[in-house]
Amino acid sequence: MKTMSLCVTVNGESKQWTIAPGDLLLDVLRREGYFGVKRGCEKGECGACTVLVHGKPVNSCLIFAAQVEGGEILTIEGLAQGDTLDPLQEAFLDHGAVQCGFCTPGMILAAKALLDRQPHPTEEQVREALAGNYCRCTGYRKPVEAVLAAAARRKVPTEVAR
Amino acid sequence: MKSFANVNARDAKDAVAKLGQPNAVAVGGGSDLLGMVKEHLVEPDVLVHLKSIRKLDQVSAKAGEVQIGGLITLDTLSREPAIRSRYTVLAEAAESVGTPQIRNAGTLAGNVCQRPWCWYYRNGFPCFKAGGKQCFSITGENQFHAIFGGGPSFIVHPSDTAPALVALDAKFRVTNSDGERTIPAAEFFALPRVDAARENVLAQDEILTAVDLPAARPHTRSTYHKVLDREAWTHAVVSAAIVLEMDQQVCKSARIVLGGVAPIPWRLPKVEAMLAGKPITPELAAQAAEAALEGANPLAKNAYKVPLTKAVVRRTLLSLATKA
Repeated sequence: MKTMSLCVTVNGESKQWTIAPGDLLLDVLRREGYFGVKRGCEKGECGACTVLVHGKPVNSCLIFAAQVEGGEILTIEGLAQGDTLDPLQEAFLDHGAVQCGFCTPGMILAAKALLDRQPHPTEEQVREALAGNYCRCTGYRKPVEAVLAAAARRKVPTEVAR
Repeated sequence: MKSFANVNARDAKDAVAKLGQPNAVAVGGGSDLLGMVKEHLVEPDVLVHLKSIRKLDQVSAKAGEVQIGGLITLDTLSREPAIRSRYTVLAEAAESVGTPQIRNAGTLAGNVCQRPWCWYYRNGFPCFKAGGKQCFSITGENQFHAIFGGGPSFIVHPSDTAPALVALDAKFRVTNSDGERTIPAAEFFALPRVDAARENVLAQDEILTAVDLPAARPHTRSTYHKVLDREAWTHAVVSAAIVLEMDQQVCKSARIVLGGVAPIPWRLPKVEAMLAGKPITPELAAQAAEAALEGANPLAKNAYKVPLTKAVVRRTLLSLATKA
């Protein structure tokens, strides 16, 4: 099979990988060990495979890896600073917003993109930001509370994503 | 998934040349195409990536007109201040698509050109849209199918931005091997009776490059109202894109285009004419809603769309006309 080279930055580290033209971003990331990127519906419906590309949440199952050449990717593995969890991760723990945990990486990344753009969102804005992430355990109430709590706790980022 | 080659287009002309290869398809954001490749609805040999074309994802204004590059993402489009303020219907339509994840990848041109989401087509039934000779919805599960303009296929056009663009009287710039042609938005979409396998007049080696919006007239207001059967991630059951040019309380001119009810964005010229020159009162809005549904031809399971569409037309019209 034909292969091609992919250069990306993942969680701040430069990577050069050999991929096939038809590889999904989801498959490449999991192959390279980023197991926080969950394989869910593979149709862009559930959002479990959400990663941030240039700060924006996308479904990695609906993007060819080749499409993100040169891109900056953030997966859930890149969120904590060493042993210090991101305020969003802390808030999800504190509020019991994690049950089975399968939707959690995608949900936290979608929430991070929101807080980077809108540090003090309304509940409606939080719900809209999480609209692409299915959760079959929590009923969304606790994740929404957790995001609002994290917003209150989090320092306003200096770099505002567009 | 069948293997294929990727090629990057240098510019629109180059994209068209590359699409001339056998079994080549264009990719913008890829959200729709990738789903179809996975379901084996499309099995391309070559993917021609358009994202490599520079400056085709921007909004630019000249002499009052606004040009929007086809590769702009729905998210960026919905946040663009010039669009939000003067072409509100388009910003609201873009914002109503799918999920944040889809709006960050999906493009305006891709939204307009996406294939139908009829469950028979998407699940591999050999229907008209798949090159077959029948429409399974006629005697099947047709809850979400067309009440206007159906036959021989009864799909509804799935795009939210398409009704908004028709309501705004946009012009579509299409690049082909001869250069460029410009098509009024309303003429871009084609009923199944023209070609049951397709939804628009785009040829295989043509791409929708950009959309031009005419200068916004003063005292014009617009909105997009979308009815969903759940709160997120789905297509319109019924939607209305309405643009009103007002003179105080009087409607000088109106453009009303429905989504979710027909195989193309469904414009209502007769209703528009009814409204011109009159104050939009609750009574007039109700008459307009009745007139809007004249000629509706529901299937066995979608008659509910008739009263639903009436309510959408009446309420959306009234709330837009009386908006402070």
